[in-house]
Amino acid sequence: MKGGISIDVRRSFPGGARIHATFEERLAPGGVLVLFGPSGSGKTTLLRALAGLDRPDAGSIAFEGEPWFDSAAGIFVPPQRRRAGFLFQDFALFPHLSAGGNVAFGLGHLGRTERSERVTETARLLRIEHLLGRRPAGLSGGERQRVAVARALAPRPRLLLLDEPLSALDAPTREELRGELRALLHHLGIPSILVTHDRVEALALGDRMAVLVDGAVRQTGPVDRVFSAPVDEVVARVVGTENVVPVRVVGKEGGLVVAEAGPARFLAVDPGDLPRAAFACVRAEEVILERAPGAPTSARNHLAGVVASLVHEGPLVRVTVDCGVRLVALVTRAGAEQLGLAVGLPVAALVKAQAVRLVPRG
Amino acid sequence: MDVDALRLSFTLAALTTAALLVIGLPVAAWLATSRWRWKPFVEAIVGLPLVLPPTVLGFYLLVAMGPMSPFGRAWISAFGRPLAFSFEGLLIASIVYSLPFAVQPFAAALSAVDPRLVEASHTLGVSRLATFFRVSLPVAAPGVVAGAVLTFAHTLGEFGVVLMVGGNIRGETRTLSIAIFDAVEQLDYATASRTALFLLALSFAVLVVTYSLRRRPVLG
Repeated sequence: MKGGISIDVRRSFPGGARIHATFEERLAPGGVLVLFGPSGSGKTTLLRALAGLDRPDAGSIAFEGEPWFDSAAGIFVPPQRRRAGFLFQDFALFPHLSAGGNVAFGLGHLGRTERSERVTETARLLRIEHLLGRRPAGLSGGERQRVAVARALAPRPRLLLLDEPLSALDAPTREELRGELRALLHHLGIPSILVTHDRVEALALGDRMAVLVDGAVRQTGPVDRVFSAPVDEVVARVVGTENVVPVRVVGKEGGLVVAEAGPARFLAVDPGDLPRAAFACVRAEEVILERAPGAPTSARNHLAGVVASLVHEGPLVRVTVDCGVRLVALVTRAGAEQLGLAVGLPVAALVKAQAVRLVPRG
Repeated sequence: MDVDALRLSFTLAALTTAALLVIGLPVAAWLATSRWRWKPFVEAIVGLPLVLPPTVLGFYLLVAMGPMSPFGRAWISAFGRPLAFSFEGLLIASIVYSLPFAVQPFAAALSAVDPRLVEASHTLGVSRLATFFRVSLPVAAPGVVAGAVLTFAHTLGEFGVVLMVGGNIRGETRTLSIAIFDAVEQLDYATASRTALFLLALSFAVLVVTYSLRRRPVLG
């Protein structure tokens, strides 16, 4: 596939785990493809196979129409010749070199002046100019991450591969760097492929997403669509959040953020530093349904709509309500019977402001 | 103290250490990364001098170097003099005898290098060989230095193999430990004691240096 990546990778492990992942994706410059899945789903193995760090048992990998691996033809391009930058989960900075030495590490092919220019240029992009003389041991987690990104980008790779890029950081740093990383990845002239098991990270950083379960790709598509419309129950269980609504942040009201999606309006707790475009994420079990406006409740979000579909799941019923946007509610069978829920019935969906999680959208 | 013996011992130890850095590092690098199924056999061969009596090792080396063996004959025809009871023969014997003292610490230090660092270097376009010199070796440096120091000290003090292969020729094969043995044979306890004390102090100093290197956290 020209201008993209095509993967058909088979690999089995001594413990009995198996990977057989097949997918094709067009990769746009600045686009981010997320490989999402629970731990042990094979996403890191797949990323390592893309980098050439892991050799699959069989299959093929091609990038921009160029074969990187083809077991039938006996092709294996070593990592050195793939020009794919790799960001390790724990960053893997060289402890015996300064931050500047780390950034310059992959620039051995350049002349002295060109090399130092490239280091300065990359350091400026990552805002680490003041750290170049320091050893990795003297850097904070966030600083290490930036140095590692600079090191991977300095040789101008054609593709950037990131293995759980935020998981080694503490929570406040992670929040801070997530936005920064999103802006950076989207402004690079190259595509990125990012591995994560974190929903917020996937939504915040990804454009498109491939869901891996037990070594196989179950669904690919735009991130919000995969989250809000899982193709099967396995994907639904893995992605977890049933309602992912693209919204526009329009203002504040009583300390809460106001976000709109068409006619629907959400109030949510402010996560801080939100751009105008965001996703409102609501889990189906957090949505309460009522027949008609009754006594006031403490829930800040009241969305009027009609029941669009009902799916029985054992003791629970999955109700889709069309409120201008589609919201999925998970209610008990007894609750559904008491309300007399049926397709076409007008209802109101109630959601507490705390249950609406806003995630920045690329 | 026998100055010739002292000079000879130091020359022998220095050349043995240098040779084992050249031979031992590739072997250690291979041992640290290989998953070959017969690797234990290679490890056993490298480790043999640790458990074998020096006389047994010396005996086989002597036979191998002698004019009856193809290797010994080839040496004579190439250099015009026999290998046994010569400094060159002694050097070869020392290298074999000290092999585990170099290779084992080298391999331990190299296998402690985080494989992610090596992989990171590969994804940055740096070849395997260049990665060894630019990443593995500098990160493993304290362990490699410790191995080299141990090799030096061990060669300085060896006795059995030297006696079997080298004999006791002044300026050619008489090392410090042989000089001590010689002095005691001649009941010259004063010389023996001076030389022995020197070796004791030196060995102690070497171990102090080695252990303080080992305790140092990996650079950074």
